[in-house]
Amino acid sequence: MFRAALRVSVSGARSLTRARPQYTASVAARSYSHGKQETDEEFDARWVTYFSKPDIDAWELRKGMNTLIGYDLVPEPKILEAALKACRRLDDLASAIRILEAVKNKAGPHKEIYPYVIQELLPTLSELGIPTPEELGIDKA
Amino acid sequence: MLASRALVRGLQSGFWRRVSTSSGARAAHPHDVDVLDCSAPQYNNRPDTPWPDVPFVRNLSAEQKKLKEKEKGPWTQLTKEEKLAIYRLTHELSFPEMNKGSKEWMTVLGGIFYFLGFTALLVWWQRVYVYGDVPHTFSQEWVEKQTQMMIDMRVNPVQGFSNKWDYEKKQWK
Repeated sequence: MFRAALRVSVSGARSLTRARPQYTASVAARSYSHGKQETDEEFDARWVTYFSKPDIDAWELRKGMNTLIGYDLVPEPKILEAALKACRRLDDLASAIRILEAVKNKAGPHKEIYPYVIQELLPTLSELGIPTPEELGIDKA
Repeated sequence: MLASRALVRGLQSGFWRRVSTSSGARAAHPHDVDVLDCSAPQYNNRPDTPWPDVPFVRNLSAEQKKLKEKEKGPWTQLTKEEKLAIYRLTHELSFPEMNKGSKEWMTVLGGIFYFLGFTALLVWWQRVYVYGDVPHTFSQEWVEKQTQMMIDMRVNPVQGFSNKWDYEKKQWK
């Protein structure tokens, strides 16, 4: 609960994207009262590994992203970077743009998260030539 | 069969700009009609599954195919319009377009009031033309006599009816 209060404060760049509840999502998204809880770092590492698979296929990318978006959190920029690079391997620009849109949507009322994520991803975005939704004009209905 | 075709046509013209089809479903049908094959993966615009099973446009024109080929190269070489076109090939609606509300609630509320008003007219007609006279015990004369009798009988003298009558001054308190 204290973490909830900490989350809202702007200070602490790392805590910005941790808009998640007390428990972290483990593999089967179960929170046991016994047993080891997956830490945030383990969670991130697992997802980065998932998207970093060199021969990831389109279905796995879609499934991974849909699952990730289903969690009650905004993914860390490093997970999104791995996902964007996976989009590049699959020659899928539309999915890459969709990832950025989905992040903004996931942040919900926490308006400071999306600009932070974009700022962190800027090197990857410019390297791969991925436009932000704002650049394409699809951020307005 | 015919009904489902008409339904799809109606849906296409009414709600969906284009019902995306799979080539399998089309090949099975002798006429060139967009049939919605519900056993095949479908496109959907849902903010909770941003990556649907199939892209929005499946049957690409030659121009669109060329764009898709260009997508295989460096994306830095694509123009903004091309990038937008690629996005729109896979996704029908962007997030803001999906999430925006509509003015439908005004229509719904207006419809509710309209029909409530119409019902009121019916009830009024019924009151005038169907109901007979009220019983004679509601006439002014009868109610006066009735009230006097209730006061005389001391109906509810503690907190109710007769309590409100001032017996000395012979008037309501």
